[in-house]
Amino acid sequence: MASPPHPWLNPALTVGGLAPLMMLAVQGPRGDLGPNAVEAALNQTGLFALVLLTASLACTPLRLVFKWTWPARIRRTLGLLAFTYAASHFLVYAVLDQGLKLGAILEDIGKRPFITVGFTALMLLVPLAVTSTNAWVRRLGFPRWQRLHRLAYVAAVLGVVHFVWRVKKDLTEPLLYAAVLALLFAVRGAEAMRKRRARAAVAARSAAS
Amino acid sequence: MSDKPPAEPPSSEVTPEALYLRRREFLKNTGLFAGTAAAVAGGLYLLGRKQTRPMDAFVPDAGLLDLPVAKAKGPYDTDEPRTSYEDVTTYNNFYEFGLDKNDPARFAHSLKPRPWTVVIDGEVHKPQTVDIDQLTSWFPLEERIYRMRCVEAWSMVIPWLGFPLGELLKRVEPTSQAKYVAFTTLQDPEQMPGQKRGTLDWPYVEGLRLDEAQHPLTLMAVGLYGRQLPNQNGAPMRLVVPWKYGFKGIKSIVRISLTREEPPTTWNLAAPGEYGFYANVNPAVSHPRWSQASERRIGGDLERRPTLPFNGYAEQVAHLYAGMDLRKNF
Repeated sequence: MASPPHPWLNPALTVGGLAPLMMLAVQGPRGDLGPNAVEAALNQTGLFALVLLTASLACTPLRLVFKWTWPARIRRTLGLLAFTYAASHFLVYAVLDQGLKLGAILEDIGKRPFITVGFTALMLLVPLAVTSTNAWVRRLGFPRWQRLHRLAYVAAVLGVVHFVWRVKKDLTEPLLYAAVLALLFAVRGAEAMRKRRARAAVAARSAAS
Repeated sequence: MSDKPPAEPPSSEVTPEALYLRRREFLKNTGLFAGTAAAVAGGLYLLGRKQTRPMDAFVPDAGLLDLPVAKAKGPYDTDEPRTSYEDVTTYNNFYEFGLDKNDPARFAHSLKPRPWTVVIDGEVHKPQTVDIDQLTSWFPLEERIYRMRCVEAWSMVIPWLGFPLGELLKRVEPTSQAKYVAFTTLQDPEQMPGQKRGTLDWPYVEGLRLDEAQHPLTLMAVGLYGRQLPNQNGAPMRLVVPWKYGFKGIKSIVRISLTREEPPTTWNLAAPGEYGFYANVNPAVSHPRWSQASERRIGGDLERRPTLPFNGYAEQVAHLYAGMDLRKNF
């Protein structure tokens, strides 16, 4: 029986990716997260959601640029980990930070643009997490599934905007993620352009013959 | 023990080659699994570590003198539980030493709070340049247990040591032209490495209206918890205005000038739509990006508590703003 190459890759990513979340769950109640544990948990879950989402978006560009195929095999795990952290981020905010006071939460989501965009990003990730299974790829058909999952780019951009608006003064870190995203967009854009030219060339040749 | 070589195991116990190779693959995969999982967890840990750095290593105690206190309890003291010395000295906003809350505790050792001179000038009859210890010796030190509300919606209860700014102003005799008091923090990137970055316009400047500065609640703090002010809390002398957001409490002051015009203030210059000159604690006026209606007490309950107008000092200070639109003058 031939096992898939790198059978350890996805389990390792899952375990390693969830380890910090487990750590937070242990450290928080023990008082090991510093004077403002809620803030620390919010910052960490939010940061990891953005990092993992960006990493999932880097899989295809890595294949295009370096011809690596293994990143494609961990894309789904990265995306689901990103969703897990985004959902945890929201739960820490709603339950611990706001004490589940619905009025205050709705006011935040409606009136504070930085929370509006963060919440929108999370909402965009929900259908992507739900349709992440092979069965859903079949049900939707690959082209439609692929179009739907381009929402991940929108969610990542909103995530960066959320980060930028949250910071009081120093934008270095959020802009770093903006730069990485821009780079990924550039690779995808260049690839799309190359494909269109190739198609045009083929069409021109077949028209000439 | 015998010297004889060990007997060969019977052939039935020899692992078949195929199984042996699979075992090797299994071990290899296990190793790769463990290594990759550790690398992923470690990478994330490195990215997020600044939020969860252990703090206890930075709590200052050596070299800080106990200060003589003239009066144990004043009429303005709150009875609420005090925020621990550890939290007060490791959770700070002092961008001159970095942007993270624990940066000041980690990096403020480069500040030299002695010798230190303070310039008092502008619209005063007795301008002077005075050594900090001499200045402090002019006044009996009082303990004041105040609430401190940060504009970021967290709060503490801190036992400060200091003297009313009004007493200092009396001594230098403001002229009839004096309407405001302007304060300036030290500017020295060698002592304050955060000033090498253009995060804010350095030096940090703050200001008060003269009547705010003369109010008996307004304190020049030179200590906390009965000790000299640690560097990260604004040594050797800082301003404490308990009914205003914490950023008004300018640290490591080198100059106090009385002026005719409203002086510029650092956060107002940086983001005029978000931080006003007055910066009175006001639950009814939200920061453009977050609500000011509630706050988290550091080291206190997990649940947020409602923020009080003027941070609970309305009875003492609300009259200063009679007739003013506090939404416009935020």
